[in-house]
Amino acid sequence: MTTVETPLSPKVGRGRRRSLPDNGYRGMLALTAIVFGALAVWFLVAVILQAKPAFATLGVGWIFGGTWNPTHGQYGLLPFILGTLEVTAIAVVLAFPVGLGTAIALAFLVPMRVRPALSTTVELLAAIPSVVYGLWGLIVLAPVFRDTVEPFLTSAFGWTGLFNGPNNGTGLLLAGVILFVMILPTMVAISRDVLIVVPTDQVEGAMALGATRWQVLRKVVLPGSRTGILGAFTLATGRALGETVAVAMVIGNSPYIAHSLKSSAATIPSLIVNNFGESTGTELSALFGAGLVLLVIGILVNSAARWLVWSTGHQSAGVEVGT
Amino acid sequence: MTVLIDTPPDPIVERRRAVQAAAASSLKRRKLGSRVALTVCWLFLAIAIVPLVAVVVYVISKGLPAWNVDFFTKSTTPEGVPGGGVWNAIVGTAVITVIGTAVAVPLGLLCGLFLTESDGRIAAALRFTADVMTGIPSITVGIFGYIAIVHNFGYSGLAGSFAVGFIMLPVIIRAGETAFRGVPRSLNEAAMALGARRATIARKIVVPTALPGVITGVLLAIARGLGETAPLLLTIFGNQYLQWNPTKTMAALPPLIYQYSSQPYADLVQIAWGAALLLMVIVLVLSIGSRLLAVYLRRERR
Repeated sequence: MTTVETPLSPKVGRGRRRSLPDNGYRGMLALTAIVFGALAVWFLVAVILQAKPAFATLGVGWIFGGTWNPTHGQYGLLPFILGTLEVTAIAVVLAFPVGLGTAIALAFLVPMRVRPALSTTVELLAAIPSVVYGLWGLIVLAPVFRDTVEPFLTSAFGWTGLFNGPNNGTGLLLAGVILFVMILPTMVAISRDVLIVVPTDQVEGAMALGATRWQVLRKVVLPGSRTGILGAFTLATGRALGETVAVAMVIGNSPYIAHSLKSSAATIPSLIVNNFGESTGTELSALFGAGLVLLVIGILVNSAARWLVWSTGHQSAGVEVGT
Repeated sequence: MTVLIDTPPDPIVERRRAVQAAAASSLKRRKLGSRVALTVCWLFLAIAIVPLVAVVVYVISKGLPAWNVDFFTKSTTPEGVPGGGVWNAIVGTAVITVIGTAVAVPLGLLCGLFLTESDGRIAAALRFTADVMTGIPSITVGIFGYIAIVHNFGYSGLAGSFAVGFIMLPVIIRAGETAFRGVPRSLNEAAMALGARRATIARKIVVPTALPGVITGVLLAIARGLGETAPLLLTIFGNQYLQWNPTKTMAALPPLIYQYSSQPYADLVQIAWGAALLLMVIVLVLSIGSRLLAVYLRRERR
């Protein structure tokens, strides 16, 4: 135990003794920071190095090849890139309006008494592991989709050509819907945080001018929190892009470009997780390459999201989101 | 307004009447629009709540029947052999998470302290890195664990700990920094005025004051690490038998749920539900517990 030194302390003159523990402390902090930075760099470099053989043998264009057939030396990633984008698109197209509406309801409409409880519940649901959502999707939701939802959509919207083929239950649509349920808490929690910090005087000013509640929301609250909501949206997108097991469980895992929303498909993460165990050589390197593509997309999307959330000046919102 | 005497219309009154009528109709229209829009918001709230509640209800109702003594005491049986439990997976998850936490928490908190005390370009870069890393696809961390550990030493529980710890690290860093930054400046300055060293201030002022926030952050990070599946699928390989030694291949709850969910045997799917319930309960207890603990510690202080 070191004691606090007062200016009257006899040790004051001995600068070395005084500064040593502090240097040690600063050094230790700097060291941990260096370790963390080094880990992050190692992470990126390791994936790049392991993906390099695939780029060397297959050329850069292999990423956009349309066929994945390792026995014939074909490692095209296009079906998986498209699958990832399609599933994510379904999820965010559903999650954006529903998430924003829910956030508005939680921030302004729900009675004060239940508001904190309901908000906490939504935040807690964000912590439920994705594998649990996947299990629910596969066992509970897939039969419902096969027997009810997909026949209905086919009869109602079959003319669009989006619902051709047999009703499997599993496939792009189910994967998108499961992702939608999963990213919803993220979307809601951050949007709500951003909505409630809009200055009260602006809201009250608008109300005093005779604006209805919706007008206040649309003309004052939403414009003021546009950047933050966009950040929430982007973060949710990032989460959807990178989700692995829940999607792998319900998408049907087929290495072909999907021709309808009911088709089985695959995403980059599901490709990796399904083929990792049996792969060697070029195929393994190609999987690392797929991981690198995913990592780059993930870094870009998350950087954009952080920047957007930051620029509204709510740093703490960003932290809770990550969990 | 009724006109009592038949006089020529007063243009001012006429004008006022017109304005009032327009205002009334505008108000009606705006109120209707407002009601419609807000109803849609309520509807979306319902749409959001229903599936989320359904997940929880289903997991409880399907998972509870799987819970019995065997479930918590026996290891998994080979496919087709009835009975068995998930004791090996519980042990695996516990060992992997404890080791990952034991490394990630001190490293992450010290890093958070570093970010709190420095405001340079390097700190900003690290802060941004940590922020981005909280959101990167977890499967890529699994790939990293595979390259860094499995490539050299083979599949093991430690490789899983490495991946899980790596996922927890940025969460702990940012949660720690947020908690440390919440410590009032006046406390810091008072200690400095007394001539305390930075290390002493950190140890005696910053860390104790920020403790509720730190504990919340750490528990949430653990909850996150517990549920990670994809990284473990690439690193621990799985093990049918009970294994306490983290240098060997291990079983864990999330990969077990993933693998059993697509099995054609009803009893394995049943075990998957039981494991999902267990995982969900642990994660929710940690999340709720962290909030309650934070509230309790803050109240205790006053």
